[in-house]
Amino acid sequence: MSGEPILRFEEVSKIYPLPAGDLVALDRVSLTVDPGEFIAVMGPSGSGKSTLLNLMGCLDVPTRGEIFLSGQEISGMSDDDLTRLRRDRIGFVFQQFNLIPLLSAVENVEFPLLLTTGREESRRRAIEVLTAVGIAETHFAHKPAELSGGQQQRVAIARALVNDPDLLLCDEPTGNLDSKTGSAIMEILAAENREGKTVVMVTHDPGVAAYARRTIRIVDGRVA
Amino acid sequence: MIFIDLAVRNLRRHRARSFLATVGIVIGVVAIASLGIMGSSLSMLVGGMVADVSDTVLVTPHLAASSGDPFDPRSALAASISTKNVGLIEKAAGEHRVVPMIVTSDRLRVRDTSGYATIYVMPATDIPSLIELEAGLYPRGRSSGVMVGSLLADELNLHPGSRIEVGGESVRVLGVAAERGMGIDINPDYAIIVTEDWYTERHGPQDYTRVVVKVSDLSAIEDVKAAIDQQINRRSEVVDILDSREILELYYETLDAMNVFLLGIGGVSLLVASVSILNVMIISVTERTAEIGLMRSIGARKREVLRMFLYESLILGVTGSIIGGIVSVVIASYASASIADLFADFAVSGGAGIPISVVIGYVAFAMAFGIGTSVVAGFYPSWKAAQLNPIEALRYE
Repeated sequence: MSGEPILRFEEVSKIYPLPAGDLVALDRVSLTVDPGEFIAVMGPSGSGKSTLLNLMGCLDVPTRGEIFLSGQEISGMSDDDLTRLRRDRIGFVFQQFNLIPLLSAVENVEFPLLLTTGREESRRRAIEVLTAVGIAETHFAHKPAELSGGQQQRVAIARALVNDPDLLLCDEPTGNLDSKTGSAIMEILAAENREGKTVVMVTHDPGVAAYARRTIRIVDGRVA
Repeated sequence: MIFIDLAVRNLRRHRARSFLATVGIVIGVVAIASLGIMGSSLSMLVGGMVADVSDTVLVTPHLAASSGDPFDPRSALAASISTKNVGLIEKAAGEHRVVPMIVTSDRLRVRDTSGYATIYVMPATDIPSLIELEAGLYPRGRSSGVMVGSLLADELNLHPGSRIEVGGESVRVLGVAAERGMGIDINPDYAIIVTEDWYTERHGPQDYTRVVVKVSDLSAIEDVKAAIDQQINRRSEVVDILDSREILELYYETLDAMNVFLLGIGGVSLLVASVSILNVMIISVTERTAEIGLMRSIGARKREVLRMFLYESLILGVTGSIIGGIVSVVIASYASASIADLFADFAVSGGAGIPISVVIGYVAFAMAFGIGTSVVAGFYPSWKAAQLNPIEALRYE
């Protein structure tokens, strides 16, 4: 990638038109995320953290400004193209784990791969990643409801990593976990980062933010 | 395919709901198929009751106004066609056989049963061309014997050789006619058939009430009709000229209308079923909003989400239609048998079995319709699911 940033925000604004007047969620934010970084995004609720993460994850496009993902401008992209970027280049980890309840642990991890490739190959890769995040083989066939919160989040991380994304985006990954389980999850993320994975994580827990090597503070839609 | 898999699993997870939606489709498919089959078996029965007289042109005294249907009792009248006009008809018909006849009635008495019976009077030589013999002999010349219709013979237990009283005179039954069914020309099943000579000997010469022209070549029917019209109706309408095809068409039009009506009833039940599928799918999409948001955010495209939900309604439709198809075939075979029983008294010629091709046709139509409605009903919820904004859907609880 020759030193090119994974993500570059140029004067990015996101404005939600509301009946009571426009809500400026992000106000001319410029930032870059370089390969291999581990960034914590902090700020009070309503500050625009989630909006920032949605834009980073190609779930949304800016009202104004430009966003480059590995040098590629995303604002003009079609829904299909954005979806393909999310599938191939980005891994998501959510606070609620958000596993598909109808699928077993291993099938959940497999899911993003099944959107692109054939079954056999994906199963091998899914098992490999699940093992890497510390899920025992006995749990592979379990449905999410049969797993503990910590196990579910491990499976969710495995799902985010399975397509080897350029960028791992985490939205309060420990928000629904007790502190011990939370630290175990953070250790996994930190280990992934040490192996070169770029991680951006939204949190309001300073203890969790301490795992990151850089912190971006958002206040009232601006980088503080 | 992961999305088919997910659709199947979701349907299994909500067994009761999926089962009920399927039952709706089953009922709809059965309704369409069995009503369709029943309707067409009814047309077939009526078709069987109407004798095949497609080679017949019927000439009757002209009615000032009528429905055009010779079975219409409102247009029965005692009018006649003169001998001179019969001559003109014969001239017009050329080589085709012309049978002038008198349709009248007289008192019939057999043992202790008595009442009026229809009497067909026609030239002795023409009787074999219109009526087949079941037993005995055709009446000939001035012989004192008569012929009786098959059902009259059954009712009154008559055989060749039996004695009956016609108009107070004792006569011998010479022959029994074969069953003929309803026809536009003659309906001799419950009638007595006598020769013209026999009749004129007793009642004097009379004008004819109708003339039947048997056309040996079907393609000549129109020409014969036109020729008769030319000969007789040139100055004023004297006779009505009908061919059986026209009349059968009237019948089949009525039956077709009834068929459409029956299918309509079936269609309504399938419509109700599709509303229930719509309902099930909307519930399913709403319940799984967060899941849809997740799938979309990790890379499932709109069309993949659309497909996943369409598979669900397709599976419901296909399952319901297959079960419905099987049930319809079973019902149809019973219904066919019982309709045949019901109409057995009408002496349907050729039996009332429903051809397998008709059954397959209607069942296939109903199944296709069932699957089609399910997919259409599932489309809106599926489309809604695909259009969900992933961010908002993810937040949905």
